[in-house]
Amino acid sequence: MSVTDTEVLIIGAGGAGTSAALHLAQRGVPCVLLERGLVGGQASGVNYGGVRQQGRHPAELPIARRSMALWHRLVEIAGTDAEFTVSGHLKLARTPEEEAELVAYLDVARAYDLPLRLVGRNALHVDYPWLGPKVIAGSLAPEDGAANPRLLVPALARAARAAGAVIEEHAKVTELAFDGTLFQVAAGERRWRAAWLLNTAGFWGGTVAAAFDEAVPVQPLSPNMMVTEPIRYFIEPNLGVVGGNVYLRQIPRGNVIIGGGHGVSDPAVPWSRPAAEETRAAMALATALVPSLAGACVIRSWSGIDGEMPDHIPVIGPSRTTPRLIHAFGFSGHGFQLGPGVGAILSELVLDGATDVPLAPFDIGRWTARAA
Amino acid sequence: MKVAVVGAGPAGVRAVEQLVAAGLTPLWLDEAPDGGGRIYQRPPAQLSRDARRLYGFEAKRATALHATLDALKAHADWRPNTLVWHIDPHRRRLEVLSAGTQATLDFDAALLCTGAMDRVVPVPGWTRPGVTTLGAAQIALKTQGCAIGDKVVLLGTGPLLWLLAYQYLKAGARPAAVLDTTAFAHKARHAPGLLAGGAVFWKGLYYMAAVRAAGVPVYEGVRPRAITGAGDQVSGLAFETARGAARTLACDAVALGWGLKPEAQLADLAGVPFRFDADQHNWLPERDIAGRTPVPGIYLAGDGAGIGGADVAERAGARAALALLEDTGRPVPQDTVAALDAALARLAGFRTALERTFPFPADLARAVPDATLVCRCEAITAGDLRAAGGTPATGTARELNRAKAFTRLGMGRCQGRVCGPAGAEILAAALNREVAAIGRLRGQPPVKPVPLAEAAE
Repeated sequence: MSVTDTEVLIIGAGGAGTSAALHLAQRGVPCVLLERGLVGGQASGVNYGGVRQQGRHPAELPIARRSMALWHRLVEIAGTDAEFTVSGHLKLARTPEEEAELVAYLDVARAYDLPLRLVGRNALHVDYPWLGPKVIAGSLAPEDGAANPRLLVPALARAARAAGAVIEEHAKVTELAFDGTLFQVAAGERRWRAAWLLNTAGFWGGTVAAAFDEAVPVQPLSPNMMVTEPIRYFIEPNLGVVGGNVYLRQIPRGNVIIGGGHGVSDPAVPWSRPAAEETRAAMALATALVPSLAGACVIRSWSGIDGEMPDHIPVIGPSRTTPRLIHAFGFSGHGFQLGPGVGAILSELVLDGATDVPLAPFDIGRWTARAA
Repeated sequence: MKVAVVGAGPAGVRAVEQLVAAGLTPLWLDEAPDGGGRIYQRPPAQLSRDARRLYGFEAKRATALHATLDALKAHADWRPNTLVWHIDPHRRRLEVLSAGTQATLDFDAALLCTGAMDRVVPVPGWTRPGVTTLGAAQIALKTQGCAIGDKVVLLGTGPLLWLLAYQYLKAGARPAAVLDTTAFAHKARHAPGLLAGGAVFWKGLYYMAAVRAAGVPVYEGVRPRAITGAGDQVSGLAFETARGAARTLACDAVALGWGLKPEAQLADLAGVPFRFDADQHNWLPERDIAGRTPVPGIYLAGDGAGIGGADVAERAGARAALALLEDTGRPVPQDTVAALDAALARLAGFRTALERTFPFPADLARAVPDATLVCRCEAITAGDLRAAGGTPATGTARELNRAKAFTRLGMGRCQGRVCGPAGAEILAAALNREVAAIGRLRGQPPVKPVPLAEAAE
């Protein structure tokens, strides 16, 4: 059986994995990216498409800021803007308690230079007359927006290949080992050896980590998504709510994309599907937010598989058990915006031994106390 | 045991008949106001055409089916005007909309008799008002008693092309022309295989002969070039004759279609695996001759399980119901089972011959000009699809669902029901691959669009 040698092996071709391959290849490092299905087939490819900084855990904001700079350079980097538009992200409150959360987050945003503008009830209903009466306040992040998730990762993958990275699709990893010097990885009959291993395998990142004796409590997360037929374009900002039980955005061609609740999945297949009762609940929440959506028809619904951590922030950073193994997985349903930046950060950890973003909050040691 | 039967066409009616005879009270759902399926669709009460004029040679069958349907309603949980928009095979639930009211219904076993729709190949100008499918033109005739224009050209291939031409004639709406993309010589070569069809075959020949005898211009072995017109009015059909001569026929409406395709979305959502059938040139849900699928509790019958026609559907519906009864430990009449199996096997041979006589013109689909819309809902042209199979910024789409992701083909209101077959041919040609090698568009709920306000919790 022939073995292919490379410098960096990457497992999982989502946003983080393809961006890492691209950044490594651009700096001349040989790398091989292994993907069990097609690039961008799960969480990075079938998500809502929010390119959002507002509302993130404070620890994620430095990564989000770095990633946003890459989003703005996407045409130059990947040959397409992946329909990225800066539409603003308007987070809405429906109760005084929710409004208090919006106010509290202003301090967080200020600490990280994230521009936010609180919009009170009266101004909100003047600026956005299509909002339902239950909405009492909003917080607008003018720098945020949305993109088409079906395009981002395939475009990053094409750019990575053009820069010299090798990307193997339909390559489900079947063996994983570290012999003290090199990582030995097999996908069926094919084998690779490398000095470095990047674990960007989404939900399945938990399996990769467990192979190196650092199991983490990652669970499958399947967002419940749907889209309407095209209707008159009137919802400019990407809309969210405090608590996150519904989110929706309209693209200029008219379709409204609505998310809310969770679908069902079986990562072993892998297989995922929206749950009808969750779809129906999200429909009700969406029409409460924007009542004129009531007459629109939903034409399609879908889901995918992401990895969720108990504290809802990912694992990013070096392994505690194995040298030159770096994790970046478990993005807990909000990794789409982060992907490009995380890939750049991973390439810096490999090549420079450091990055300018604090990663301590994402340390895998928070789950593997024994190793820590 | 709660059995759900979806559909009240020939397959659904005969399935419910068996279930009721076995003492069950099935949940029976159908999209139409009063059942009958597409083939025996019933006109509104105020339309006075009688069965003989509506259904021709099939009047007796139609009348018998309608009588059975009407008699069964009281013995079933009958729900007309009901769209089944999702099926959950694990929790065995249906999501349905009945005249604007949402319901979630449980079942122990489901028999899906979801029928078929026209298969379309885009022709430049096909999105112009005045162009319909053959099936839609037939429904307009049956349920409204109207023709789609004054000078109507019928274009395509298959039994429906000739049946509709005959029905138009009988209704006093003489077609301006019939254009069959299958050459006469090809049909003649395959005719011997059709003898197994018995009366169905002779009826088909009769329709063709009657259309010719009435002096309707008939062109066979043609290649359509464009449906011409100005604004929202059709003015003609340009085509190439079998000898390669360019011709244009003046007309004000065109009905087109190239055979039928199963409406198999519910089977797909139920998790039934699909295989590519070379004769039907389409992906069909897997099932045995009795309609059992690999998914426990899910049975299929009629055209939704693979095109077979109404006579097959009636028998397949009965057979699938008997299989369901047998699988749940109920006694079934073995002589009936044996007779149905024998008939279904014989008719399957006839269907194969029919498909070979009127093949899907994959070459026409592959040659659709770049500028022609393939996906009407999302305005995706053949050129857009070919570009996705080339080297776009996202990399080459090597299979159909990737092309869907990159271009939005099949993501609109019809969910690929109209554009799917031709889109697959165009992408396969761009990739220089067999159409069977690039996969099929995955089904996603809802089966048809559902309004937020109606489906919301």
